[in-house]
Amino acid sequence: MYDELLLTVLLTSVPLILAATGELVVERSGVLNLGVEGMMLMGAVAGFGVTSLSGSPYIGMLGGATAGALTAALFGFFVLGLATNQVATGLALTIFGTGLSGLIGAPLVGQAIDGLPVFIVPLLSDIPVLGVLFRLDLLAYLSIGLVAGTSFVLFRTRAGLVIRAVGDNATSAHALGYSVLKVRFYTVMFGGMMAGLSGAYLPLVLTPHWAEGMTAGRGWIALALVVFASWQPWRVVGGAVLFGGVTIMQLAGQARGWSVSPQFLSMLPYLATIIVLVAMSRGGRAERGAPAQLGRIFLPPR
Amino acid sequence: MQKIIGFIALIGIAIGIAWWSMKPQDEVQQADGASSDPLKVGFVYLTNPGDHGWTYAHEVGRQDLQAHFGDKIETNFVENVAEGPDAARVIRELVEQGNEVIFTTSFGYMDPTLKVSKEFPNVKFHHITGYKRSENMATGNIRFYEGRYVQGVVAGLMTKTNKIGYLGAFPIPEVIQGINAFASGLRSVNKEASISVVWVNSWYDPVKESDAAKVLIAEGADLLAQHTDSPAMLQTAEKAGVKGFGQSSDMHEFAPNAQLFSSVNNWGPYYIQQVQHVMDGSWTTGEGPDHWAGNTWNGLGDDYLVLTEFKNMPADIAAKATAARDGIASGSLNIFEGPMMDNKGNEVLATGAVLDDGGLWAMNYYLDGVLGDLPN
Repeated sequence: MYDELLLTVLLTSVPLILAATGELVVERSGVLNLGVEGMMLMGAVAGFGVTSLSGSPYIGMLGGATAGALTAALFGFFVLGLATNQVATGLALTIFGTGLSGLIGAPLVGQAIDGLPVFIVPLLSDIPVLGVLFRLDLLAYLSIGLVAGTSFVLFRTRAGLVIRAVGDNATSAHALGYSVLKVRFYTVMFGGMMAGLSGAYLPLVLTPHWAEGMTAGRGWIALALVVFASWQPWRVVGGAVLFGGVTIMQLAGQARGWSVSPQFLSMLPYLATIIVLVAMSRGGRAERGAPAQLGRIFLPPR
Repeated sequence: MQKIIGFIALIGIAIGIAWWSMKPQDEVQQADGASSDPLKVGFVYLTNPGDHGWTYAHEVGRQDLQAHFGDKIETNFVENVAEGPDAARVIRELVEQGNEVIFTTSFGYMDPTLKVSKEFPNVKFHHITGYKRSENMATGNIRFYEGRYVQGVVAGLMTKTNKIGYLGAFPIPEVIQGINAFASGLRSVNKEASISVVWVNSWYDPVKESDAAKVLIAEGADLLAQHTDSPAMLQTAEKAGVKGFGQSSDMHEFAPNAQLFSSVNNWGPYYIQQVQHVMDGSWTTGEGPDHWAGNTWNGLGDDYLVLTEFKNMPADIAAKATAARDGIASGSLNIFEGPMMDNKGNEVLATGAVLDDGGLWAMNYYLDGVLGDLPN
């Protein structure tokens, strides 16, 4: 019973981990992309549509990642190429992604697909309760791999150093000969790919279904998680599991007949996010963790 | 120069985006059929008819209506209309396009429909499942709860864990009636089993519905019922190897092994009857001040509610389900008949008494068999 609940918690967390890790890298390079929700929806509709056409959820996964990256490229074109305001462009991207995914997805409504299969790791999956960690699908395993990879690249490689330098002091990075806009464009594309994968996870694993606006605010939670994690990849995992835990807890509480209003219980995950954000900003860690030039436009001097 | 090109590209893309994203929501889709001067009938849909649930059932009803009257009427519909104030704009738009009869097909359109009905006294409005009326606004409903009694009977006989999961959208009268009818059917065959209700606070949110279903299964439920619109719960049940009941439409293609049966809303006869009344000049919003005594409130007996084939269950249980269905249809079986106890142990209906329609709409308690408290 508890292992099944834990499994549901983990599955709920995976899309948050994927999207938040992508956004974390984008923000580390100094770009704030508020369009995560829109990119996720594009990933979801592409993931579902490609799977439906090709019959393979793995090709669908790639389709979702590609759609997310292409949507992000549009964002990159505006904020990096045309130096538009990042906040406004990001919000526009969310509205655009919501509308376009609904349009593309209209003929897909009501169809069913076979989602990603589960890989059971022999022996390890027999461990009581924690065995569920080894009864997941490919994308869930991959999400942990991507967090590890992101953490390694950001803090242990030269590329990561360049990304962080661009985010903290773009002028110096430029003076050293690094192309700030190119680095930022790559990170934006990576963020889009991750958001696309995250969106694709909904129809490929959580519910084999396409519905308009099916991300239902998960993109915004992912954005909050980046701050929550103070721009540290592994903390994203903790935050996502905590968030997923509260979400599932409220459903389980209702199932057990706890006498608390369902509206209050539905609010809990968001309340938890706000409390943690407040606690963090009091400690001053948010300021210390944030990339110094987050959200600032950089125009290379000629 | 580069900047100017960029600026022009930006404006071009913005216009393109605006045009594209506006299109699906606001375009009123003119359906088939149009002759010299047909009566125009407009429908407002909550989601896309492809939801294979609530809206799909309305779309089937609209097609039945069109087929029945042929070129004497023209039907139009707008899909994906959010509940709340914006619905008023869509309803007004339908009126301005010449629709003289309008059906708004979700509970949340109640106040917007009321508002617009006062602006256009010559247009005949029907609000589906609400309780507010005006001079030219009627209420329409189906006795959905009748199907849920049969579900309760089947669930009580099928369950091994004696735990039944029930997904509710919002705690409104219609949903409470359904839960209590289910409990009444359950208790008629099984004194031990209990119903866990989970509110998902949405009519249509497949991810949340499936999360709630997973949690209920993890909590030991081996039978699931839903008062939400998508097939996500049944898909989850199919995967987990438990059984459940479909909602609004036949959902067996999503869950061939899990769906025991589905209560299908058959709106065609209601639409046909109302439009016929309008054509004859005999249309009224119903008798008396009570909204449930409106134009119609029919169920299994008049085929407004139809149960799909009883499948994936032993023959003797199917026979009992058939008996319950036929009993309700013929009126020999009363779903809410005293003695009736609420889940706190208070008697809500004395021995021998039968709950009338007014009592049905005033239900503010859970019957014995339902866990937890009814939210306000």
